[in-house]
Amino acid sequence: MARLLLENVTKIYGRDVFAAKDISFEVDPEEFTVLVGPSGCGKTTTLRLIAGLEELTSGEIYIDGRRVNDVSPKDRDVAMVFQNYALYPHMNVYDNMAFGLQMRKYTKSEIRESVIDAAKTLDITELLDRKPRQLSGGQRQRVALGRSIVRNPKLFLFDEPLSNLDAKMRVQMRAELARLHKKIHATIIYVTHDQVEAMTLGQKIVVLKDGEIQQIADPITLYKKPANRFVAGFIGSPPMNFIRGTIKKDPTHISCFCTDLVLTLKKEFERYVGRSVVIGIRPTDFSLVEGTQIPIIVDVIEPMGNELYIYGRCGSTMLVARVPEEAEPRVGQMHVLRVNPEKLYIFDEETEKAI
Amino acid sequence: MNRKIKEPVSFLLPLIFFIAAFLLFPVLGTFWNSLWQDVPFMARRFVAFDNYVGLMKDGQFWQASFFTIAFACISVSLEMAFGMITALILNEKSRLRGALRGIALIPWAIPSVIGARIWQLIFRYDYGVANITLKAIGIGPVNWLGTSAGAFAALVLADVWRTTPFVAIILLAGLQTVPDDVLKQAQIDGANIFQRFHRITLPMIKPIIMVAILFRTIDAMRVFDLIYVITGGGPGGTTASLSVYGYKFFLTGDFGYGSAVSVILFIIALTTAIIYMEIGKLRSQ
Repeated sequence: MARLLLENVTKIYGRDVFAAKDISFEVDPEEFTVLVGPSGCGKTTTLRLIAGLEELTSGEIYIDGRRVNDVSPKDRDVAMVFQNYALYPHMNVYDNMAFGLQMRKYTKSEIRESVIDAAKTLDITELLDRKPRQLSGGQRQRVALGRSIVRNPKLFLFDEPLSNLDAKMRVQMRAELARLHKKIHATIIYVTHDQVEAMTLGQKIVVLKDGEIQQIADPITLYKKPANRFVAGFIGSPPMNFIRGTIKKDPTHISCFCTDLVLTLKKEFERYVGRSVVIGIRPTDFSLVEGTQIPIIVDVIEPMGNELYIYGRCGSTMLVARVPEEAEPRVGQMHVLRVNPEKLYIFDEETEKAI
Repeated sequence: MNRKIKEPVSFLLPLIFFIAAFLLFPVLGTFWNSLWQDVPFMARRFVAFDNYVGLMKDGQFWQASFFTIAFACISVSLEMAFGMITALILNEKSRLRGALRGIALIPWAIPSVIGARIWQLIFRYDYGVANITLKAIGIGPVNWLGTSAGAFAALVLADVWRTTPFVAIILLAGLQTVPDDVLKQAQIDGANIFQRFHRITLPMIKPIIMVAILFRTIDAMRVFDLIYVITGGGPGGTTASLSVYGYKFFLTGDFGYGSAVSVILFIIALTTAIIYMEIGKLRSQ
């Protein structure tokens, strides 16, 4: 299994459309790396650049220390799984999986062995004679995975492989992918726009926006210490609340004065007095018992079973919060949220970087 | 009749009427005519299959049949080959793509009689462009329309020029149904450009290729206007297709015999269509 290194990778379409801007990151052997970001952030372009399906405008790509900028896709020894599976519709499952090996001039018995092996790994042995159109979405997904593992490539490139599946199937395949990763010790680069997929699958997550890397970190760091406002808002569901304000010193506290409320901050923010900031509060970080009070008028209640999400407003500031059922909020009525100064995320208003 | 039967029948009636009026009636009418001796100044006489017996003994008829089949085979083969090449070029991403697609269609857009007339002028022995060009590079002149081989070649050339765009557009539509990701996948799987074409693209667009071949073959077998204008069936009747051959009897008033020729042509075209469709069915199973 291979190490992948991207150095200052840039891809420009036409004259000035930056699909990828100065992308640098490293993937260790057997690591599951996820590229995540909203649509148009350059994640698929980056993946295609790694596969060799697109040409670099500038920068370097190394697979196992070998510079592959000018190496054709077939000689990079990578496997790719496309969003819509890209199965060969006129071939049965066996031939779909065997095609890559046939092109690489493996003998018939070698091909047979590898295909049967991979089919067993993915539990699709009984599908080998079927045509893709006779398969369900989940089965096609498995075949696409099977086709990628059959060749035992250095790198696996997954381009939103689960986005065409229904919700239940997606959760199931997610677990299966994680299992497969452990089983075959694969180095995987996985592209998704779904932060839940990124958090649950990735050992390392690269967050992209507008072709630029926002942050590279493991899932927990990404959640707890987002580098900027974008990452903070992108990771976590429902997304973080943001409130604009200015840090000021009052007689007893350091506080952030926002349009509709005043939030007490930790003492250490004294040196930022006078700064315009954006305060971030995760909906899950509201407390029942301690912290600054935030009274809101409840607009919408979303019951999630053992907990509720409430959408409300404090003046003109919209907020969403998770509360336990026992809190018994009522639509149209006032509900007091509390938030501990320790739980606040603070971003510079101009640079949007975390403070 | 109860409602359950009446209703669907009433929906089908207009279609049945049109098929009967425009397909069944002419075909059966022609067949009916072919069973009669029907020449000017003589009483119409029922002769059953005499006209067909006559055809079997008619050397010119066999000559025309042979010509029609040879013409269809050769010109359709060439059209498919050039059409595929054109379609592949037009399918490439390029800034000129829109313009190229428009230009490629011009031969198909020109009325066939005008196109044929242009080719007739090109193949003129004395001042045709074909011979001027050949002379310039030191070959020829070739007596294009005065020899049977030359005339055959000239007709095939004109037909290929005219209908290659038609084939190209049909095949282009087929090529556009092949998803880019599938070809990219094949590229990653290690298939080079020829393997991708042969193993992926070609099998995927086979049904559309079959349709193009079917349309073109039937069309080529009925060829009339091109031959009528360029060679008139000459020299010596060697380039008369079945249509041109049959037409001559209508012109001289031998309606029964002409109808018999038409019926034979119809049977050949129908058989070809059925064979192709059966092949298509087998393939897709």
